Amino acid sequence: MTSVTKTQIGGFLARQGILVAFALFIIGFTLANQRFLDPDNILGVVRSSAILGVMALGVTFVVISGNLDLSVGSMMSFSTIVVLDLHDKLGPTLAIPAMFAMTLCLGAFIGFLVGYLKLNSLIVTLGMLSAIHGLTLTYSGGQNMDIADKAGTWFSVFGQGEALGIPVPILIFLLLAAVLGTILARTPFGRKVYAVGGNGTAATFSGIRRARVVFACYLMSAFCVATAGLIQASRSLGSQNTVGQGLELEVLAAVILGGASLLGGSGTIFKTVIGVLILGFIQNGLLLVGLQFYVQYVVTWVIIILAVWLDVAAKRGKLLSPIA
Amino acid sequence: MQPGTLSTFLKRGAIWGFIVLELIFFSVAGEFLSLSEKAFMDFDNMLLLFKQSAPIGIIAMGMTVIMINGNIDLSVGATYAICAIVLLDAMSWPVFAGLGDAVIPVAWLLALLTGVALGALNGLIVWKTGVDAFIVTLGSMLGYRGLVFMYNGEQPTSHLNWTLVDFAEAQFLWLHTATWFLLIVTAVIWFLMNRTVHGRNAYAIGDNREAAVNAGIRVGPHMMINFMIIGFLAALSAVVFYSESGSVNPNDGELYELWVITAVVLGGTKLAGGAGSIVSTFGGVLAIQLLRKGLAHIGADTSTVNLVIGLILIAVLFLDRQLNVKGKEELKI
Repeated sequence: MTSVTKTQIGGFLARQGILVAFALFIIGFTLANQRFLDPDNILGVVRSSAILGVMALGVTFVVISGNLDLSVGSMMSFSTIVVLDLHDKLGPTLAIPAMFAMTLCLGAFIGFLVGYLKLNSLIVTLGMLSAIHGLTLTYSGGQNMDIADKAGTWFSVFGQGEALGIPVPILIFLLLAAVLGTILARTPFGRKVYAVGGNGTAATFSGIRRARVVFACYLMSAFCVATAGLIQASRSLGSQNTVGQGLELEVLAAVILGGASLLGGSGTIFKTVIGVLILGFIQNGLLLVGLQFYVQYVVTWVIIILAVWLDVAAKRGKLLSPIA
Repeated sequence: MQPGTLSTFLKRGAIWGFIVLELIFFSVAGEFLSLSEKAFMDFDNMLLLFKQSAPIGIIAMGMTVIMINGNIDLSVGATYAICAIVLLDAMSWPVFAGLGDAVIPVAWLLALLTGVALGALNGLIVWKTGVDAFIVTLGSMLGYRGLVFMYNGEQPTSHLNWTLVDFAEAQFLWLHTATWFLLIVTAVIWFLMNRTVHGRNAYAIGDNREAAVNAGIRVGPHMMINFMIIGFLAALSAVVFYSESGSVNPNDGELYELWVITAVVLGGTKLAGGAGSIVSTFGGVLAIQLLRKGLAHIGADTSTVNLVIGLILIAVLFLDRQLNVKGKEELKI
């Protein structure tokens, strides 16, 4: 009897562990600092997590399809720089679609290499991380990019605007999460993404065109990156060439924290959103308690390992790995 | 000729062929494009090339071992930074105040121990939890970087010891100290992987873990030893580099993991494990450094270097796959 309850509790913890941890964190930080649950603070956290979050949504697709995308950080720098540059040359109405088209081309290139040529996604996107960074530097000539007329442009609406009292970045994030979540959970395409990631060979034999699905996942990732770049550019109206540097690993951390397996075939958009929020709230909570920003790195480390460990342990039914 | 010999030979020799091509290209292009009077293949320039290859190269040897074993380590850059801080900070600890220059070996030892300990922690987690090494080291990449910042805030840590600088800048038989370290590490790791039981087992585990387990090889301890080796080498790399520079920023070593992995993959080591060669990794390290130096020599800026290295990495992956497919077809006949 006791053992049954114990297994049940263990199973629940493993399945919903991330939510439990999230709740514990919120309670802890609230006890430590009253301001933590202040609506303004919460909105602020979600708003600053929106860029990371939007990118994480796209990477979730890629990870579920059994691949990795390490190029999202430098791709985000690229789209930010491009849209800022084109803003002054073409005007915002043309700059935004042009930037989306260019970023989607990069995504299509990666999708072609990984999907159709079947190259290892880790190495391809590692190479693209470096290559796109070079492309951005060549494009900007190494200079920072700034919009000339910062006060007189409506372009700032995506990063700084508010609608119905909610900041626009949050609205974009939530809208995109809803749309992509529906695609992943409720459409045949979403089913195919899981199938390809879960067992690529089986998916191919059951008539799914693996290459095409992988290609589409990278296109989605590129679309999300372009959106994130748009928010970033619009928020600051000026940018360095390295604005997205290192984000790829934070994004991956959020996706993994949400419970997506790097082997592919598991994960949901909802859990990724939770993963993003956990990262954001930990960062915010630690700052409010008065700790330096870098303490969150260490805390994130411990949480990632524990989260994945619990997940793996629940699947094999043992806490420790059986390998000798 | 046995089937597959040609493609094996091509693959083994590819990296050296690539290096020769680079040398020819940059020598010729340098005649027309370079602003400097000196030829690219200048003796001193080549000596410098070896020296500059050392920090990445020493870590790349460890990464080759890890990847042959079927794992990956993303935390080397952060480990490198921590060890550098321990090295420089330890020299100014009051405990060692009376030691004079004898503090140098003590600080080295501390830094190397730190590296081994951090590697062992990664290895232990991979072994005991069964979580994929990619995730474990992705986490510790963040965590170790956090430790770097916690150690000394956002300030750089500096300590200049002239005896140490003299040692690091010394040349013995023309080669710099750093180059000697790189060569010795390459030789030792080559011996380890090709002439010892541990090396054989590491290949076996990477190639087919199930089979290795069934053959009675203890997978866990071997993985942990390999993580300790890469931790040690990341520390050694820091020791070699920071003995000379004497100042470390908390951001130092960022993106090192990417450079290191690029060098190792260029050398032909498989991410899936079970295949790879230390000598080819040495070639990969030289090829990358040649590319950086050569592009700078003909007046290209960093942006081009990044672009070219990224595309070459993808091209190598593509060619490698084509060669492998060819090899399989030959076997069928």
